[in-house]
Amino acid sequence: MILVFAEQRDGVLKKASKEAVSEGKRLSSKLAVPVAAVLMGKGADQAVDEVKKFGPDKVFVTEGASLDQYSADGFAEATANIAKEQNATVILFPATTMGVDVAPRVAAQLEAGLVSDITGLEVANGKLVATKPVYSGKAVATVNFKSDIQMVTLRSNVFPLEENPSDPEVLKVDASGISPKGVAVSTELKEGGKVELAEAAIVISGGRGMKGPENFPLIEEVATLLGGAVGASRAAVDAGWIDHSYQVGQTGKVVSPTVYIACGISGAIQHIAGMGSSKFIIAINKDEDAPIFSVSSLGIVGDLFKVVPALTEELKKLG
Amino acid sequence: MNFLVFVKQVPDTETKIQIAGDGKSIVEDGVNFIVSPYDEIAIEEALLQKEALGGEITVATMGPNRGEAALRTALAMGCDKAVHLEDDAFEGADSYATAKALAAVVKKLNPDLIFLGKQGVGTDNTQVGQMVAEMAGLGHIGMCVKLEIDGDKIRGEREIEGGRETIEVSLPAVVVAQKGLNEPRYPALRGIMQAKRKPIEKLTVADLGLSADEVGAAGSKTEFARLEMPPAREAGKKLEVEPEVAAKEIVAFLKNEAKAL
Ligand SMILES: Cc1cc2nc3c(=O)[nH]c(=O)nc-3n(C[C@@H](O)[C@H](O)[C@H](O)COP(=O)(O)OP(=O)(O)OC[C@H]3O[C@@H](n4cnc5c(N)ncnc54)[C@H](O)[C@@H]3O)c2cc1C
Ligand SMILES: Cc1cc2nc3c(=O)[nH]c(=O)nc-3n(C[C@H](O)[C@H](O)[C@H](O)COP(=O)(O)OP(=O)(O)OC[C@H]3O[C@@H](n4cnc5c(N)ncnc54)[C@H](O)[C@@H]3O)c2cc1C
Repeated sequence: MILVFAEQRDGVLKKASKEAVSEGKRLSSKLAVPVAAVLMGKGADQAVDEVKKFGPDKVFVTEGASLDQYSADGFAEATANIAKEQNATVILFPATTMGVDVAPRVAAQLEAGLVSDITGLEVANGKLVATKPVYSGKAVATVNFKSDIQMVTLRSNVFPLEENPSDPEVLKVDASGISPKGVAVSTELKEGGKVELAEAAIVISGGRGMKGPENFPLIEEVATLLGGAVGASRAAVDAGWIDHSYQVGQTGKVVSPTVYIACGISGAIQHIAGMGSSKFIIAINKDEDAPIFSVSSLGIVGDLFKVVPALTEELKKLG
Repeated sequence: MNFLVFVKQVPDTETKIQIAGDGKSIVEDGVNFIVSPYDEIAIEEALLQKEALGGEITVATMGPNRGEAALRTALAMGCDKAVHLEDDAFEGADSYATAKALAAVVKKLNPDLIFLGKQGVGTDNTQVGQMVAEMAGLGHIGMCVKLEIDGDKIRGEREIEGGRETIEVSLPAVVVAQKGLNEPRYPALRGIMQAKRKPIEKLTVADLGLSADEVGAAGSKTEFARLEMPPAREAGKKLEVEPEVAAKEIVAFLKNEAKAL
């Protein structure tokens, strides 16, 4: 069986989870084995209907107050228990902050190989073959599994979301025997309603060329018009113009949107490491020799303080 | 309080990467190796906590002989002593086999608090901290950006999508450091001089009570089949036009090529 850890919070299924279940479904036909989604945490019940849209053959929902709050070790134990009982051979996780925190513990319990933040997944001779960028995107590693159980975390926005409704059997799993060690005692979500950077289909980022925090509303407006998210280079973060949670790059977030728009960003290798797998890159930079242009599908040589407002006007015309 | 920090030596992110003849590893000649940036944050946090609570910090790395430089850096920053897991059998380890060896160090030293970086820059697995915690039977705080020690408990904030989450766990525990936790210090000259006299203990597979088939390439659950240069991204058109024209071009691109509008 293929198991997909489908992260949900308060009944809301993450987009990255939908992508993971979609990929699980595709693998299920390639490997000719059934695929199941696993839901846990407060609200898991309410996410069942949503997860069914992506075609699982079974849905496991954990029950028991011990897993109401997030716990990496608790969630890992529950996942590993299901995997053992179902003889899972493949386990997929979204590479969300939760997936990345839980998956290694599951791998350690099951003595399974785990490849993180993958951008490609193939099947060869019945085994998975994963690809992932390494060394700031300067190389790509193709990784084979030596273990019987094969685990991966999937980079957001890379694996296509595919609706494929099914009528799965929904199974409750008693998790009351689990006593988690590290438990979430509170969660603080800011800026409700904003599109999450790692999941956004369009990201518009500002760098040192933005000149100051007072100018970030320029790109925020474009982000809102496009239904996208705002990002930043480390130079902008280090200058204190914007919080680190917006940083894209080697020591920030890795994003892979359909379109990445870089404004006043030179294109240092450590920045490219965080956005080089975007499908399309648009750069706005006043220096025609800026390295960012060498990776851009569309380059605009010009002053961002003129081009971005003009872009805003143009987008507003679209209504 | 006894602290243990795990650090990995990685190629400087500026390094030009050349794939070696085996097609699976990189050419190390001319590569400048540094302490992985996240591990500097892990070291700094141990130093800050020791300054507040007292105790001793051991820094450990698994790797070839060159790894000693990473340990010296950590000692120069202020760690008290070092452990170097150096044995041919450790070579070619994936995250699982790495964690296996590091968890054995945890068992041997019995620290109260263990720090690792979020990821070894370059391979970016983001796995070893959580695996060590699991193998050592401990709770952990992942992607920690704020840490508070409160008696025999620790509370840490971790970054999640669109916010933060506070995790509480009893000691002994593992903390996985994320950028934002602190600003690592630079080693001072005095620290560099002192570091030369601080002890580095070498440990082999046998010293850890492990067998050679549990570690290194033999103990790994994954293996690099190939390392390749990525397909070069083709630069598209570059325009130097009036802002209004540029704006129209961007919108047309978003619509027609990216199909994002
Ligand atoms: C010949 C060769 C073959 C390899 N084959 C593979 C392979 O098949 N699969 C694969 O995944 N990787 C392979 N690697 C890379 C492998 O050595 C990685 O370094 C290892 O998997 C750990 O990955 P990471 O640093 O990305 O871990 P992360 O999980 O990103 O590291 C998190 C933290 O763990 C700690 N840590 C990690 N490694 C060490 C260490 N050695 N000593 C002390 N602390 C450490 C650090 O605190 C680090 O910040 C190979 C390397 C070589 C040289
Ligand atoms: C270990 C390590 C990790 C790192 N991690 C990251 C990371 O995660 N993310 C990251 O981004 N960086 C990272 N860096 C830093 C990286 O090397 C660069 O320093 C950084 O990306 C530069 O940011 P920038 O492009 O905004 O600034 P700059 O390089 O200063 O570029 C500013 C650009 O703005 C342009 N510009 C100026 N004014 C205008 C205008 N009016 N209109 C249009 N264009 C204009 C300029 O032509 C220039 O190209 C890291 C570095 C190291 C050593």
